[in-house]
Amino acid sequence: MNATLESSTHSAAALPSTGGRAHQRPRSERLASQGVRFSKRKARMRGLALAVLPPLFGLALLVLAWHIIALRNPGIPTPRVTWDEALRLFSDPFYRKGPNDQGIGWNILASLKRVAVGFGMAAAAGIPLGFLIGRFKFLAGMFNPVISLLKPVSPLAWLPIGLLVFKAADPAAIWSIFICSIWPMIINTAAGVRRVPQDYMNVARVLNLSEWKVFTKILLPSVLPYMLTGVRLAIGTAWLVIVAAEMLTGGVGIGFWVWDEWNNLNVPHIIVAIGVIGVVGLVLEQALVALARSFTYEETGS
Amino acid sequence: MGTSKFIEVQHAEMVFETKKGSFHALANVNLTVAQGEFITLIGHSGCGKSTLLNLLAGLSTATDGVLICAGREIAGPSPERAVVFQNHSLLPWLSCFQNVHLAVERVFGARESASRMRERTAAALALVGLSSASAKRPNEISGGMKQRVGIARALSMEPKVLLMDEPFGALDALTRAHLQDELLRIVAATGSTVVMVTHDVDEAVLLSDRIVMMSNGPAATIGNIVQVRLARPRVRLALSHDELYIEYRARVLEFLYERQARPVREAA
Repeated sequence: MNATLESSTHSAAALPSTGGRAHQRPRSERLASQGVRFSKRKARMRGLALAVLPPLFGLALLVLAWHIIALRNPGIPTPRVTWDEALRLFSDPFYRKGPNDQGIGWNILASLKRVAVGFGMAAAAGIPLGFLIGRFKFLAGMFNPVISLLKPVSPLAWLPIGLLVFKAADPAAIWSIFICSIWPMIINTAAGVRRVPQDYMNVARVLNLSEWKVFTKILLPSVLPYMLTGVRLAIGTAWLVIVAAEMLTGGVGIGFWVWDEWNNLNVPHIIVAIGVIGVVGLVLEQALVALARSFTYEETGS
Repeated sequence: MGTSKFIEVQHAEMVFETKKGSFHALANVNLTVAQGEFITLIGHSGCGKSTLLNLLAGLSTATDGVLICAGREIAGPSPERAVVFQNHSLLPWLSCFQNVHLAVERVFGARESASRMRERTAAALALVGLSSASAKRPNEISGGMKQRVGIARALSMEPKVLLMDEPFGALDALTRAHLQDELLRIVAATGSTVVMVTHDVDEAVLLSDRIVMMSNGPAATIGNIVQVRLARPRVRLALSHDELYIEYRARVLEFLYERQARPVREAA
């Protein structure tokens, strides 16, 4: 024990330069790089424990707090009751008993479909617009005040306009998804285009590339990571907004389902829905993070 | 089009408008370069060497004066004046082959077949000795190799002029020497006209037909020109004992460190 401690302090003094970066790595790795040897299995177990235990403790704390609140507050179901209810709901997620009584699976799919349509249209419009705004100063000057003005507006404020124009609930909900997802996509794409390294643009100028080649060979690949950040932000907001929009418009959808269960005073279902909304949002976000990572190119220092 | 005045710079002035007011970078620069000549621009940092090179490349426009290349005024960047950038500027998402091919396609795309252009790309990579790395991405190869791809990209366009902005500045001494030798071989083979910015005296003497020495800025201009009359092909080892080589080297050093000694406040 003494020996290992000593070796760790020694090499820590000998390698001061690694100190700054080393803090981001797990402790076991840091110590390992400083000459402290864990047995391999021990180190792996430790890494696994560090990865799994804290989240478990966090979730346990959440459930515990919930349980205590439920005990003091008879209106709120306990975790146990909610769990049983969730099992029952997910044992048959795809049943249909008329338009207003469908399985939770259908409701989630309906919401996802709306998000996909609204979001897809926003991407189709917002990303090209972002490119144009980033590429041409004149367009940036033209659109920036409009975007600044409209961006802070809650997407739900646009819902009545959607209802007015489309005369139906479903397109109106899609319309508010469109509105809320388009801003991050425009802004991030434009920022990405502006941040294309000048070196690459000089290459384009010396090679005298056509505007199309500049777009496909230089702009698009270097903007892609920024664009995907925009897409990620947008999908986060879209998933937030769909729940609220569906509460207002009704029909089928997870937001409407929450509202419907509130009208039935079925609180366990509402809590199940909150959990489901959280999980779906998390999955969407993580999928896009993974996508963004696979498109991020290493900077090539010399 | 006279071959003795292939590139002509007449009374070039360059003034940058900055937030702190205007900065007079270049004043009354006059220079002619003959076809097939190898010119190096040397001077202390901040003396406007790169500014002059950018003017020749057409990446920036002179505030005043005339720049002519092959009988036509330089109005903007063009593939006929290929640039090798200091930081290689390869596109990280393309392989070495694709990086070079981008240039080949642009220059020859209108009149040559796809297979002929692939041959050109492969030939350019072979010229710099990188055939084996053609499928690799820039982040998978060393700094020296990246710079060689940059040179291959420039040469593949069969430019009238090769403009090089401290192409070997970021490399270690051994790699640099190796690439200088290769450049000598390539230029001898292609007969290119080259204008190269450097701050390395040995590099300048080894490679150049003429060394253009620039005075310190602001309002930098050409202070002196040394004609290097060393026979080609030049061999590094043999030259290091050559009396003429040593004399040229001394003349450049004398210019840089006595007549244009860097002001103390800048050096600090």
